[in-house]
Amino acid sequence: MSLRIVVTVKYVPDATGDRHFADDLTVDRDDVDGLLSELDEYAVEQALQISENSDDDVEVTVLTVGPEDAKDALRKALSMGADKAIHVEDDDLHGTDVIGTSLVLAKAIEKAGYDLVISGLASTDGTMGVVPALLAERLGVPQVTLLSEVSVEDGTVKGRRDGDAASEQLEASLPAVVSVTDQSGEARYPSFKGIMAAKKKPVESWDLSDLELEAEEVGLEGAWTAVDSASARPARTAGTIVKDEGEGGKQLAEFLAGQKFI
Amino acid sequence: MAEVLVYVDHVDGAVRKPTLELLTLARRIGEPVAVALGAGAGDTAAALAEHGAVKVLTHDASEYADYLVVPKVDALQAAVESVSAAGSLAAVLVPSSAEGKEIAARLALRIGSGIITDAVDLEAGDEGPVATQSVFAASFTTKSRVSKGVPVVTVKPNSTAVEAAPAAGAVESLAVTFSAQATGTKVTGRTPRESTGRPELTEAAIVVSGGRGVNGAENFALIESLADSLGAAVGASRAAVDAGWYPHTNQVGQTGKSVSPQLYIANGISGAIQHRAGMQTSKTIVAVNKDAEAPIFDLVDYGVVGDLFDVVPQLTEEINTRKG
Repeated sequence: MSLRIVVTVKYVPDATGDRHFADDLTVDRDDVDGLLSELDEYAVEQALQISENSDDDVEVTVLTVGPEDAKDALRKALSMGADKAIHVEDDDLHGTDVIGTSLVLAKAIEKAGYDLVISGLASTDGTMGVVPALLAERLGVPQVTLLSEVSVEDGTVKGRRDGDAASEQLEASLPAVVSVTDQSGEARYPSFKGIMAAKKKPVESWDLSDLELEAEEVGLEGAWTAVDSASARPARTAGTIVKDEGEGGKQLAEFLAGQKFI
Repeated sequence: MAEVLVYVDHVDGAVRKPTLELLTLARRIGEPVAVALGAGAGDTAAALAEHGAVKVLTHDASEYADYLVVPKVDALQAAVESVSAAGSLAAVLVPSSAEGKEIAARLALRIGSGIITDAVDLEAGDEGPVATQSVFAASFTTKSRVSKGVPVVTVKPNSTAVEAAPAAGAVESLAVTFSAQATGTKVTGRTPRESTGRPELTEAAIVVSGGRGVNGAENFALIESLADSLGAAVGASRAAVDAGWYPHTNQVGQTGKSVSPQLYIANGISGAIQHRAGMQTSKTIVAVNKDAEAPIFDLVDYGVVGDLFDVVPQLTEEINTRKG
């Protein structure tokens, strides 16, 4: 038996940097450093744990769609321990929306071959959290999403999904699409050995023609949504700050009463 | 007038507030037609009619509880087809819960539509509904449209004030045929969350949160007492959750819940970007922190530099006294 796991990862602008929009209202990637989306590290971690806990032959492939720099995200995942990487890169992908991104990912996942797809719960830039569900819909396989615990055994994936009203135990047959939360388990740091090994691991580069996709199906022109405007949030007017000298709680109560919260 | 489908979030027939907000927004772009699924679906009609639903499409089947997400997508697709056949459909609105976004995404793909998630406002535009979103940890506001298909939009809780507008609310049963995918992911067990009696975090008008400065699970009682004095929900920063002081379901921030209450009170929270991403759209922000340099003070309408162990009990007592 063998198990092929594809982990989808995203290269995102650093949230602690000064993120903003380019003139075409896409995310400006030139002025802020990028990195592997933190929430995707949990997906890589779970793939590696499934691999380590399995008696089967498991291959973990990390997949990203993004510009040249996105290789950094793949490299990080490889240094954590993934076996190989696929980078879908094409100038025509600029401005692709979530529906288009899910199309490209689904095509790449099918071309790579898979038994299990693992994603993070959301990217840390767009924060939509819908790609795993879209992939399941496109691939026609079960979605087992937002798991805080996941295990794979005998062709079945099981997990726990903690919702607002209840905690649910889920189960589906492979192939399937899984997404994991930041509660699934701390992601490991790459070791020096892992970083050195990652340099030798294969990174395949595919473009749209490799996936038999046309430029019109993706990119800004092919997007099913349009951003009409983006404006920086006005700076907040400086608030009142008091130092507690014994009456801080009462002063705060006075403020809240003035605002009609009490 | 074109119809707007509104997906109803309810618990055994009790409609949750975000759905009433959706009905209020839906009336700006058309006539709301509500879709209520699962146990108690029929019991939602009165509340939905009171808030403007001209029609309520209902369907109950065990599939909605026994399998994840897809049965609800099948039903919503059936509703889209039935409304489109009878008239014109202006949009589909779904609450921005984790499940709501998954349902909306799959539906959008099936009906060939673009999707916008986490809208904080919605208005009619020349080329269809225009959604306002708050992005990059609320440092930017964007206005977007769906440019292909019937717009599918998910809307965050607390995006608008609920307004009543009585309408017919005629109940019709929806015919649903489940797809082959519907039974793909089985729910093999369900443990209901114990109710704290406090409002739901994402829906609450007031949220009182604790962070690293609370310094221990047992001290969260202080935060809870303050919350209870205000009828508020309790939130926690990632540091507090990771330390095991408070459940993950109460985490506010980029990797937790995004909240947008009328009042947010941050106690012992420094205000790292990840936390700000989850609360920056709150209408009024208050912080209590020992560190005068904490970045949270850049956001506040009112801040107290002081020890939360002094300030919070005094505040709670003062609120309780004033409420008498």
